[in-house]
Amino acid sequence: MGLTLAEKILLAHTEAEEIQPGEIVMVACDLVMANDISGSVAFREMARMGVTRVFDQSKVLMVADHFMPAKDVKSAELQRILKDWSGEQGVKFYDQGRGGIEHAVMVEDGWVVPGDVVAGGDSHTCTHGALGAFATGLGSTDIAACLAFGEFWQSVPGTIKVDFSGEKQPFVSGKDLILAVIAQIGVGGGTNHVLEFVGDGAAALSIDERLAVANLAVEAGSETGIFPADEVTREYLDGRAARDWVPERSDPDARFARELDINLGSLGPLIAMPHSPGNVVSLDDAKGIPIDQAYIGNCSNGTMTDLRQAAQVFEGRKVHERCRVIIVPATVKIYREALAEGLVDTFLEAGAIVSTPTCGACFGGGMGVLAAGEKAVATTNRNFKGRMGSPEAEVHLANSWVAAAAAVAGEIVDPAEVLGSVVA
Amino acid sequence: MIDQNNVDTDVLYPGAFLNIPDPELMKNHLFEGLDPTLRDQLVGDTVLVVGENFGMGSSREHVPQAMKAAGIQCVVGKSFARIFERNCVNLGLMIITAPQAAEAANPGDMVRIDAHASTVHVGDATFDARPLPAFMLEMIELGGLVPWAQRRVAS
Repeated sequence: MGLTLAEKILLAHTEAEEIQPGEIVMVACDLVMANDISGSVAFREMARMGVTRVFDQSKVLMVADHFMPAKDVKSAELQRILKDWSGEQGVKFYDQGRGGIEHAVMVEDGWVVPGDVVAGGDSHTCTHGALGAFATGLGSTDIAACLAFGEFWQSVPGTIKVDFSGEKQPFVSGKDLILAVIAQIGVGGGTNHVLEFVGDGAAALSIDERLAVANLAVEAGSETGIFPADEVTREYLDGRAARDWVPERSDPDARFARELDINLGSLGPLIAMPHSPGNVVSLDDAKGIPIDQAYIGNCSNGTMTDLRQAAQVFEGRKVHERCRVIIVPATVKIYREALAEGLVDTFLEAGAIVSTPTCGACFGGGMGVLAAGEKAVATTNRNFKGRMGSPEAEVHLANSWVAAAAAVAGEIVDPAEVLGSVVA
Repeated sequence: MIDQNNVDTDVLYPGAFLNIPDPELMKNHLFEGLDPTLRDQLVGDTVLVVGENFGMGSSREHVPQAMKAAGIQCVVGKSFARIFERNCVNLGLMIITAPQAAEAANPGDMVRIDAHASTVHVGDATFDARPLPAFMLEMIELGGLVPWAQRRVAS
């Protein structure tokens, strides 16, 4: 019996000679990451474990991104702990203005290569599956053990094969592909499983779009979502990643727990309605919902691809008077690239604001949270009750074209209608 | 008792309070986005009974940290989200998948767990639970990943 891609990666990172789904193994980490929320608790627990130094300085990084810039004294204290600890341990620390949102900056700076095992103190660590890594989110105590010993316990997951076939339709992005998956299997449908994205539709996706797809794998309950590395991956990593890697994919006779076929030829833009990423409807079914705030950016959709899509809509148009817009480039480099391309000016001219890279309002941490009764459209990954502020607010998840178009129209609308309108 | 399915960690412990590192202070915000009055039911040794896919979403360990600090001894559910489940195990908080027991239980019932026998007793009735892998059971009984790691360091 052959192995799936996830099984191959895990097997290469254990001492076991073979592994079976459901079996618990110790998995070695190539990278361990934490942030201003998960970090301080992990450091405290690592000390309680009786370990004073990290297992390997070169394989650890810390990113201050959640309550960034610090919203209050408590948040500032967490960031100071992160900075001081990183200095004492001699590990890489991305401070304010030096990096951006953790997953985006890790990918951008070439920390992750295909075949890696990445342990992150953040549930959206699954984002790195875009590059063919087994990357998974863990809690702080797990991260403490990873920092101390360079390994974590893991029940070997099964794999769900997701075959994307055909060509993407206009105004459809990676966000819609993964929402289509979650709509099919549900928010718990991927539990104890990895999603593996294959097919000509998957191969045609850029890294930016793969990041958006992999990022929401956890919203289906999955351990991670993974794209087999290919020429697109190699082109992206050339000159970016210092380590060598070998492309791997699932064996032809690998055992999959389930197979999904998603035909992109018949897939339009989707909206996840309040209050669940699994509450997915077609754009047509959400049209006309008034929007008070559009939030474009975060670890899933704050890429240059997203900012260009948004700018295409905002170019020559104004944000509707009912609506506020926050644009969040995922990293400082993306911010500067957007500035150089003139996108930031387009956003400001339209009446949007451009935020520093931060997790901010995406998780209700600050920087633009919602009031009771407000409705938002967001390119983020979660729309749980209270996620972006008031529990009485409603968040609709959508791609960047749809979010920008809603901002211009003041309600959820087909981007084709907005782009078909006359530019002022 | 929280009988809804797919309860996420954002409603169990909202993001705005993630800047609190002390479990004794975390417990004041447990269930804040769901129903803060649930906190009033946490009297003495409490078993929390929940529905399907409980604890989905964020990896925030604040949820089981706050639960432990608030006196919850065990979580019995129809099924659990993966990161939440492993966070409980790592903190030594007993977590048992027992769908029929969770279905049968009512608020205030006496619930007893025999993790070795993989059974959950609700009142006089006994239900099967999904057997916990030996590794997880051992870690829970040891008190979690920190004592487990201390033992590893000592050896």
